Amino acid sequence: MALFGQTFITGVLMGGIYAIIAIGMTLVMGVMKIINLAHGALMMVGMYICLVLFEHAGLHPYVALIPTMIALFIIGYLLQKYSIGRVSGVETIIPESQVLLTLALGLAITEVIRVIFTSNYQIIHPALTGEYWHLAGMTIEIPYLIGFVIATIFVALLHFFLARTDLGQSVIATSQDKDAAVYMGINAERITNFTFGLGTALAAAGGVILMPLFYLYPHVWHPYLMKAFVITILGGMGSTVGALSGGLILGLAESFGSTYWGPQWGEVIGFIIFLLILLFLPGGLKRIIGR
Amino acid sequence: MEKKRQWLILAMLGILCIVVPPFMGTYAVHVLILVMMWITMALGWDILGGKTGQISFGHAIFFGLGAYGGGLLFLHWNITPWWGMAAGPVLAIIVGIPIGLVCFRLRGPYFALAMLALNEIIAIVFTNLDTLTNGATGIDCARTWGAEKLPYYYIALVIAAFAIFVTYRIQNSKYGYYFVSIREDQDAAEALGIPTTRYKIYAMIPSAGITGLAGALYMNYISSIYPETVFALEAISIFMILAVLIGGAGSLWGPVLGGAIFAGLDEILRATIGPISFLVFAVIAVLIIMFMPDGIIGSWPKVRAYLRRRKLTTGSEG
Repeated sequence: MALFGQTFITGVLMGGIYAIIAIGMTLVMGVMKIINLAHGALMMVGMYICLVLFEHAGLHPYVALIPTMIALFIIGYLLQKYSIGRVSGVETIIPESQVLLTLALGLAITEVIRVIFTSNYQIIHPALTGEYWHLAGMTIEIPYLIGFVIATIFVALLHFFLARTDLGQSVIATSQDKDAAVYMGINAERITNFTFGLGTALAAAGGVILMPLFYLYPHVWHPYLMKAFVITILGGMGSTVGALSGGLILGLAESFGSTYWGPQWGEVIGFIIFLLILLFLPGGLKRIIGR
Repeated sequence: MEKKRQWLILAMLGILCIVVPPFMGTYAVHVLILVMMWITMALGWDILGGKTGQISFGHAIFFGLGAYGGGLLFLHWNITPWWGMAAGPVLAIIVGIPIGLVCFRLRGPYFALAMLALNEIIAIVFTNLDTLTNGATGIDCARTWGAEKLPYYYIALVIAAFAIFVTYRIQNSKYGYYFVSIREDQDAAEALGIPTTRYKIYAMIPSAGITGLAGALYMNYISSIYPETVFALEAISIFMILAVLIGGAGSLWGPVLGGAIFAGLDEILRATIGPISFLVFAVIAVLIIMFMPDGIIGSWPKVRAYLRRRKLTTGSEG
């Protein structure tokens, strides 16, 4: 029973952290209708900024969270405005030129970081790292718990922002129908840039939460990008509730898969869910929960 | 006249490729082998990605299966991996057809993502099925010609020429036009009576086969394979796409040029500027997608027109 509980809790906590990374991606995918392959690399940039803030300014990652998010918002905004946005609507032989551009950007960003910080593994030990709570035979790592709480707060804030503010409603309008949004007087281009910045900032938040838990190297983002895709497809594009539930499902599936089937197969379960959803439930959980 | 000149250039290039390498150093021949391998891979990817418009982020599946086709024969029955030249592509095609049957129901980015996921799944499966694939330890075999590189070069050349020939034949057949119609507008193609899913499978077969052939060559030339290198998402699947993009997708000479530039530039940059070589490469890729989205071959008419216009305007001013 303790094993089951431990697996469950690990899955839920990890799932919450996945959700915040995925929610940035689902926003961008909802508005731009493209898969953003630079998402993971931008998350990694956030992690390195957090590393610098920790090592040189002594800021705890949970404090560095805000400046890191602001920095990544600006980076994302500019990237979309001056690079990815320029390619939109250009007639090309291969239809997915924006996607391929995000791919190349992701590689370039990773290389910039690798040249600056080298490929060495970096690890930081801020306060709270490695502290545990023991609860009925289960152990809960404190940074996981805090990460989960932060992620949930952000998801709630984002949900509120999208539902209750004018800017949020413009984002939703643009993702539902870009042309119609333009007719309603929304500057769709600026909204797209803003959404990209916001998505990037949320990815960075996810990265920063991971900082006290894992080591850091330039290619750290590969698995998280994959998970973000899986969750985005699982939850449905542009859906915050979908991303949160998708994150929890993926976290639980991986956790139970690695406990009861074998750690090396944990990731495969996620991909299998992904393929099944793509094939049998296109549109994801959004279709079921309806928002 | 134009056609005749093209054939002449082609024949001269071919003769150069055959005659010159024996007089080159070992390292240069090594680079040329990689160039030929990447040309083959780029052409293989382009049949499905460039011509049919189905952007695959998982062609390392076929490359890896091509390599493992020979590798598994060697591992289990001690058969020379040269038989992999036949077994690899066949294995790639056998796996490719069901993948196509399932994934071709998806469109655009969803197809790309499904291939990406399959790539990761297959890499993990090959790493963990120890009894079948020898797991992460990979497969080692002895090289037939030891350190001698020239025989490998000529085999690579023949394979690349074969890939060019296949692409040329496809491009000028009914199938080529059907493929392009699917890329340009799948619904219109469907409405005109083209069974699009079936034709995507027809594109998948040569695409997987040629990519598998390159994998089989890799197995024989490098002589040791690991799941993480032959099924690599970045170093194989994604680089294949970038190679095609640089040259120009959807044409015959685009992937050839792209593959050659990719492999050649990669080696040259690594030898000259060392650690930042890949950064330079990635930036070049970004710039090409931004400013020459159809690649060097595809955007060449536009560039030429632009240069001509500039010449005219500066000429009239001066």
